[in-house]
Amino acid sequence: MAKRTIEPLLWLLFSAGGVASAMLIPALALLFGVAFPLGWLSPPSHEHLLAVVLHPLTRLVLFFLFMLSMFHSAHRFRFTLYDGLQIKHLNEVVNLLCYGGAVVGSVLGAYLLWQIG
Amino acid sequence: MYTNYHPRWHRKPMSTYWWLERRSYLAFILREVSSVFIAWLVVFLMLLVRAVGRGDASYQQFLDWSARPLLVVLNIVSLSFVVFHAITWFNLAPKAMVVYVRQRPVPGHLIAASNYLAWAVASGLVAWLVLGG
Repeated sequence: MAKRTIEPLLWLLFSAGGVASAMLIPALALLFGVAFPLGWLSPPSHEHLLAVVLHPLTRLVLFFLFMLSMFHSAHRFRFTLYDGLQIKHLNEVVNLLCYGGAVVGSVLGAYLLWQIG
Repeated sequence: MYTNYHPRWHRKPMSTYWWLERRSYLAFILREVSSVFIAWLVVFLMLLVRAVGRGDASYQQFLDWSARPLLVVLNIVSLSFVVFHAITWFNLAPKAMVVYVRQRPVPGHLIAASNYLAWAVASGLVAWLVLGG
């Protein structure tokens, strides 16, 4: 029997994160990263934004967006180092830092979204 | 596997900068690099959520901080990379998913188009929620 590996799960997270980040991050980045800072649009009031973030569905979507995007990013960055810079002798360290970072980031994101309100 | 009488394996050494040789290679590595900017934008959005959770003063502070020129430049670059990721991702979707309707494969451009449509709807929903319905 073939050896079981975690690779299929990592690829699954990679593609789920690829979809989530492609669908939602451009609009959020355009608004909060560019349009509000440059004064193209006036930012929403704190009251309104808090109400939006406090909704359980928003928090759930944001959690999955953060978590999946981070795993997507970790997976892709691992192969950037592997193929792009040909860092092949440090596989264990690179994997630990990439996926470990995604795990820590996801826990942090969950905590942030949990403790609001 | 190197012994005195065993031939050495021939492996062509590859330059570290192999991805500069062709446009398609460069596009590949730029798409790979988008991962760094997606990670940054997640951090940026998490800081926004934290600021909103901490109250009005923190939120205003976040808005002032995000208007710093260096940060705006970083976010414009990051936005370009994430849009590049999105476009290449959706264009690839027909190759990744083959859908059959009545035993006939759905043409690729319809699958790509439905992805772009979903992107437009999702972006509209985000804007509507953020800007206050």
